[in-house]
Amino acid sequence: MSDTHPDTDDVTGGRPDARADICAGAVFVAFGAGFAIGALRYDLGTALNMGPGYLPLLLGATLAVLGLAIAGQGLVRLRVGGDEATEEPDAGPREEPGPVPWVPGALLVAAILVFGFTVRGLGLALALFAATFLAALAGPRTSPIKALVIAAGLTVLCLVIFVLLLQLRLPLLGEWLGG
Amino acid sequence: MDLSGLALGLETALQPENVLVCLLGVTLGTAVGVLPGIGPTATVALLLPITFNFDPIASLIMLAGIYYGAQYGGSTTAILLNLPGESSAAVTALDGHQMARQGRAGPALATAALGSFFAGTVATVLVALFAPPLASAALKFGPAEYFSLVVLGLVISIALASGSIIKALAMIVLGLLLGTVGQDLASGVPRFTFGIRELDGGLDFVSIAVALFGLAEIIRNLEHRDRDGSIVTTKVDHLWLSREERRQVRGPVLRGTAVGSALGVLPGGGHVLAAFSSYSLEKRLSKEPKRFGRGAIEGVAAPESANNAAAQTSFIPLLTLGLPPHPVMALLVGAFIIQGIVPGPNVIDEEPELFWGLIASFWVGNLMLVLLNLPLIGIWVRLLAVPYDILFPAIIAFASIGCFSLGLNPWDVFVIAIAGAIGYFLIRWGCEPVPLLLGFVLGPLLEENLRRAMIISRGDPSVFLTKPISATLLTLALLALLASVLPAVRRKREAVFIEED
Repeated sequence: MSDTHPDTDDVTGGRPDARADICAGAVFVAFGAGFAIGALRYDLGTALNMGPGYLPLLLGATLAVLGLAIAGQGLVRLRVGGDEATEEPDAGPREEPGPVPWVPGALLVAAILVFGFTVRGLGLALALFAATFLAALAGPRTSPIKALVIAAGLTVLCLVIFVLLLQLRLPLLGEWLGG
Repeated sequence: MDLSGLALGLETALQPENVLVCLLGVTLGTAVGVLPGIGPTATVALLLPITFNFDPIASLIMLAGIYYGAQYGGSTTAILLNLPGESSAAVTALDGHQMARQGRAGPALATAALGSFFAGTVATVLVALFAPPLASAALKFGPAEYFSLVVLGLVISIALASGSIIKALAMIVLGLLLGTVGQDLASGVPRFTFGIRELDGGLDFVSIAVALFGLAEIIRNLEHRDRDGSIVTTKVDHLWLSREERRQVRGPVLRGTAVGSALGVLPGGGHVLAAFSSYSLEKRLSKEPKRFGRGAIEGVAAPESANNAAAQTSFIPLLTLGLPPHPVMALLVGAFIIQGIVPGPNVIDEEPELFWGLIASFWVGNLMLVLLNLPLIGIWVRLLAVPYDILFPAIIAFASIGCFSLGLNPWDVFVIAIAGAIGYFLIRWGCEPVPLLLGFVLGPLLEENLRRAMIISRGDPSVFLTKPISATLLTLALLALLASVLPAVRRKREAVFIEED
């Protein structure tokens, strides 16, 4: 949980990965354009009396421009840096981030989504069990059986902490189960 | 100095129930903060829902306690495990972990605790001295001044960001845009909600913070499958300093406190910069700079003091201007608002008990840290042994329950998943999460004051330059931006952050 990771691409002062610039730039362009186009549906108003769309349009356009600049920076680096800069990010001399952990990452995202979708319907206990099971599966050395054990343990622990000790008013059994 | 205020504060903070919640906060904060891979921001975000069971004063005191506990817990992890929970603790890890390897974990932890306590005490007095006059000055601020102040804050946070400046700028703008999601305050029109009623209230800040500092960080940690922290020592003894060591740390603690107090008020990375710069300062002043990185006790004392002093003085902009200089402060803004208090210059007059009670509880919290952590170190060390395979599902569970319980709104949970996934890739591609969070929190403030100022000035944007305070603030912002882009400063700035790698 760090704001500035010592091993983040740019921090070490070496050449930042050109591909990272292009990807980040593309995300910013997409968000900027999305917000700007979305803002057009709202009343823009005038500078004197700004409507709900005024600032989002302005900021969205700004973000898109910034994104283009970042991506452009990456493209320039790609051309100037030649072969060196186009290397796979994993091949650099510094401590590079490992490959994207697609499966574990997807499991974690799925775990949270499952919790959100089922917590009202199934209630806290079952939603929590499903979510922690999926999340535990993301562990590199965790077998499904071990994940079940972890999920059961964490579910009990969380119920004790949040329901028993903190008395949060969360439904233990959800609507779908008549709770 | 207004002693009556501080007396009122101590009276409030020392009420048994407030001492108790402070103790609870410090304990919980340390317990969660000591877990490897969970930094202060994630700790506060995860524990935030717990505090809402208490009345406003108690809940904010508890949050402050959690924050200090989390910071100290993070230092413990950094020293014993070389796994800093956040970047400011990364500096502590440099020499602290070396000390632990040499069997001097006790003195390292004692230095961290005592240095932090000293720095915290001094910085508490500074907050008490400087907050009231600043608050009364801020009362004269109109919308134009507030707008310029927010701009200045955002620009400084870019200047302090450690990576690419243009990416930090883009992250701020993205944060500002995400802050516009939800019902527009002036017109009541729901913006960017895709017709989902649950989003009318906007994206929840806790969800975004948990997404970026919890989920995204876990995925980042899973990049390195085999990197497991190994505890160098589970036996920590000699939790005190020899006379020689006391002599060695005196200067670094004093200088670290001064550096940290000054830099803590800066938005963005003030506390990170404080830890880094106090470390390089000591290295430069030292007669034997080679000892640094090999277990020099000064290298623990200085950044720990700076870090804690900065943690304290970062409350000044929050309490006087309502501006959070740090993601944790932004979480506190959320907590204030949920308790029905608008943080800003009015708090000191309208809620003197809360204002002074909070300040006094800083000191009480710091005292408790020393009393609690040194004797209980054995328990914290055992917590370090929790394997990551169990830890991260627990974080996912805590994050989901916490965010859901805030408003019983499943969308607050979905936002974690979506923002966490996008945030992971942006962080991987060299964008920092802190500017985004600051933009997100300050966005509504920026928009509201911009609109108001423009209505007052009848649509004339020159108002920001003709009002003297606003013009000064904008000039400062411009200077900060220029300074951070200038090649010479840029190199130096990079040097500050890479020197210790």
